[in-house]
Amino acid sequence: MIGGSGLGSAPLPPVGPGDHVRGPEDAPLVIVYGDYECPFCAALELRLREVPLRIAFRHFPVRASHPRALPAAHAAEAAARQDAFWPMHDALFADQAHLEDPHLWARAEALGLDVARFEADRRSEAVAARVSADFRGGVRAGVPTTPTLIVEGELHAGRPDAALWGRLSALAGA
Amino acid sequence: MPIIAAGEPAPEFSLETYDGGPFTRANLLGRTTVLVFYPFAFSPVCNDQLSLYNEVLPDLHEQGATIYGVSCDAIWSQQAFKDSLGVEIEQLSDFEPKGATCRAFGVLHPRGYAQRALVICGADARVRWSYQAASPGDLPGANLIFDALGS
Repeated sequence: MIGGSGLGSAPLPPVGPGDHVRGPEDAPLVIVYGDYECPFCAALELRLREVPLRIAFRHFPVRASHPRALPAAHAAEAAARQDAFWPMHDALFADQAHLEDPHLWARAEALGLDVARFEADRRSEAVAARVSADFRGGVRAGVPTTPTLIVEGELHAGRPDAALWGRLSALAGA
Repeated sequence: MPIIAAGEPAPEFSLETYDGGPFTRANLLGRTTVLVFYPFAFSPVCNDQLSLYNEVLPDLHEQGATIYGVSCDAIWSQQAFKDSLGVEIEQLSDFEPKGATCRAFGVLHPRGYAQRALVICGADARVRWSYQAASPGDLPGANLIFDALGS
């Protein structure tokens, strides 16, 4: 029985208004499951900027491998509540060696956010639920690791290989 | 020999635990057990796999399932691996006679290590579900375990 338990297989949640999406409006959409402490995700992020695709980013923090991934994801969602998801997202990936709480506050301040509000949001249940929903939706769709890309409905786990980069470039018409 | 199939009784086997005692077929009785066979401690995909399953431990417990990692590594290597990953999943060693349990479950790779495979045993020590990854580099998603537990 599919869905017999909370994390049984389920289709990938469709990209909706709750998702963080950027890139050219008319470009093909690629979904990325990543975490801010994952070095391969940071490398992927840099390389994706060279390909004109529309990207939806979803959180997939796995604490055992990356203990600061979850607090960093919460920070990005807290920033989102002050309309600064992508600036925080970029700031987190730009310096993965500094993801402790004071580093998160410093980023919030540098981005001109209300730091007290950022801190309250970061620790809120709503933000935790938002990140958890991304993770659980990913698990149910079979996302096993970071980064995982969803390209034209197909799941590609791990670092993209040359064939997938070729496909992404073709898709983008680049 | 292919991986043990659903419906078959689990074979007799003995694995070593970190606290020294053996883990045998008798330990399967009375509860649901998920055995995660993995090729090598500290190899990259194993890291991701156990970390992912560790993240969903509360959900596994909710399903009444206990999960173990099984490989042909020495228990000390497995324990160092567990500590280094920061996972809570208990490890079972198939070190001596090397690979005997993996062979009994049909998951011993010809080159002497565990295939990447999952076996779920019911409270009657009968196999409820088994799965072997297409290649040791493939990482089975946690959803597969929950599908099997929910069926």
